[in-house]
Amino acid sequence: MSLLPHKHLLGLADYSVQDITTVLDTAVRMKEILERPVRKVPTLRGVTVVNLFFEPSTRTRVSFELAEKRLSADTVNFSASGSSLSKGETLLDTALNIEAMKIDVVVMRHKSPGSPHFLARHLDSVVVNAGDGCHEHPTQALLDMLTLREKFGTLKGLRICLVGDISHSRVALSNIFGLRTMGAQVILCGPATLIPRDVIRLGVEITHNLDEAILRCDALNVLRIQLERQQSGLFPSLREYQTYFGLTRRRLEKAAAPLTILHPGPMNRGVEIASDVADGEHSVILAQVTNGVAVRMAVLYLLAGAQPQPADVRS
Amino acid sequence: MPRSYSDFESPAPARNLLLEGARVVDPRSGLDQVVNLYVRDGVLTVDPREMPASADHLDLRGHVITPGWFDLHVHFREPGHEVAETVESGCQAAMNGGFTGVACMPNTEPPLDDAGRVQWVLDKASASPVELHVIAAATRNRAGQELVEMSELYDVGVRAFSDDGAPIRSTAVLRHAMEYAHMLGARVFQHAEDTTLSAEGVMNEGEWSTRLGLPGVPSVSESIDVMRCILMTQYTGAAIHICHVSTNDSVEWIRWAKQHGLPVTAEVCTHHLLLTDEACKDFDTDFKMSPPLRSEQDRAACANALIDGTIDVLCTDHAPHSWEAKMQEFDVAPFGVVGLETALGLAFTHLIPNGLSLPALLERVVYAPRRVLSQPPPRIATGEPANLTLIDPQTTWSVDPSKFRSRSHNSPFKGWELRGRTRGIVNRGLAVITDF
Repeated sequence: MSLLPHKHLLGLADYSVQDITTVLDTAVRMKEILERPVRKVPTLRGVTVVNLFFEPSTRTRVSFELAEKRLSADTVNFSASGSSLSKGETLLDTALNIEAMKIDVVVMRHKSPGSPHFLARHLDSVVVNAGDGCHEHPTQALLDMLTLREKFGTLKGLRICLVGDISHSRVALSNIFGLRTMGAQVILCGPATLIPRDVIRLGVEITHNLDEAILRCDALNVLRIQLERQQSGLFPSLREYQTYFGLTRRRLEKAAAPLTILHPGPMNRGVEIASDVADGEHSVILAQVTNGVAVRMAVLYLLAGAQPQPADVRS
Repeated sequence: MPRSYSDFESPAPARNLLLEGARVVDPRSGLDQVVNLYVRDGVLTVDPREMPASADHLDLRGHVITPGWFDLHVHFREPGHEVAETVESGCQAAMNGGFTGVACMPNTEPPLDDAGRVQWVLDKASASPVELHVIAAATRNRAGQELVEMSELYDVGVRAFSDDGAPIRSTAVLRHAMEYAHMLGARVFQHAEDTTLSAEGVMNEGEWSTRLGLPGVPSVSESIDVMRCILMTQYTGAAIHICHVSTNDSVEWIRWAKQHGLPVTAEVCTHHLLLTDEACKDFDTDFKMSPPLRSEQDRAACANALIDGTIDVLCTDHAPHSWEAKMQEFDVAPFGVVGLETALGLAFTHLIPNGLSLPALLERVVYAPRRVLSQPPPRIATGEPANLTLIDPQTTWSVDPSKFRSRSHNSPFKGWELRGRTRGIVNRGLAVITDF
């Protein structure tokens, strides 16, 4: 039984202000657990979580795994390499087979947008989206929002600028959905070829001038730029990208007040973000990583925490 | 009513069949009245003076009889993907949908690009009440480089050539295909798409593709190719038929071409008239097809173009895919939806009440498709071969794909409540008439 009005966390597109607030408030309590000498509680004892990763991922998988272990869940990792997928099994069969081994929660990452939604229709388990292609990465946006809320006290009225490749970013889309729901303003900044033509309909502002964006935002969330986008002709060179869209200390000095800097990682230091900015006093990049564990604990607890425990079954 | 008329596997000969009390509508013959039709050995008598006592009487009061409907764009998957559809199952789906004729696209495996293979498919349907035409590939192996042997294909009955499923990309090859076909009195059907623009796209580029994180197929990827085809028609004088028009801008170019008297024809699919890209929001692959469901503006433009005649033909682009193929991730699953068995009900439920008169509808599903294929129009008149679609316009029913005669169930209209249903067809001396 979920403590949210949702069985799954597939994305933030359908999470309300109340839902997001509940997750963030719960994450604050989870964060306290992470500060204790013994960083472990029995909340998810007897709950089995499978981390089903069809795409390589280090930090998200480790973050989920830590969150699961802190809550005393039993965890199993499944990664695409060396799995039945290489034998040509379908996604659905893979998931049904794992579910038949009696599990409660599937945390999944997959390259296809909507694949967690697809599985959620056919599995009994709780599904948590850990990134589906260029669609959503809801726990990343939740940890970004938790980090911003810690810094500013509230999300309402904040002006957040997302910088970089919006078109291919699940982090950007989940942030847009979540931040807009929470009443923040969202400014997208990047080359025209990396901003979807119709994203304006999601209630965001668009600019192609980072210096101008810096003058009117409270925080910048800098997205990773991938070399393959250059190779497919979407921007001319990393050099030009760095010159016009790279976040440097010099650029930030123009801001009226210091801007908070986020990055979902992994960073291309010296490309989208200069090292002295990434490591600077207004960077909250490592706080994001810590908050990631807390947010994932909160999500797992809220969605699976009321699963029948062994004791309940006996009584 | 003998049971044998409802057997899809072996349709009964229409030897001595009296169709009583239906409203008979044949705009080309100026006919729209309640009148009895008598079919003897496949030949019609309108309003027979004497009722043959021995005839099989079929009470069709409250029904509508029209000349046989024709679907200009279907995929029957044989050879190659018989698990999804065969010529036989496709013809049964056509009968169940009220179509007495279909034109099959050649993107089978291997493709229908030579006379032997085309004849093999034609032979499979030779005993069916459904008159099957083959649109042959325009280029060998649909590779877009060398022309198929068009004259020889013409001689086995082919009147149209298409690499459908994909466009003819090279403008030079397009020109040569159009000119060579034109020499024969045939025409090229172009699946209009600039594939460098559509690239990896799997749904319409717009707000919904953005929301869903799915790669988009921009509407301009179609419109720009429609424009290219029209300019080539203008330059060469050779006719072109634009397949499955789905965008407002395509419609505008076609309108321009017609205003300039160019030999351009076009078709639209039922699903592009009734659905928009928002339907993809649950990642259900039964809403994935090419071209994709578009915006409301595009949908409305196509619907208006069908009404005002800018678009000549209403078709289904019946594209069966197995359950296994469609039960995949949205970006991986194949493009295409079935349509033969829902088109008539959808037309009666949603097109006629929204501005498309019955005579105009019949123009788009009876006469125009055959005209594009250089076939004579069927007529409801004494002495003519009986080529009829029997319709119960009042019956309401729920679309249940598991009841389709098609081997595939990938319908975006599953669960829709429709009013108006095929009662049967009569064609080529045979009849299939269902009891609900």
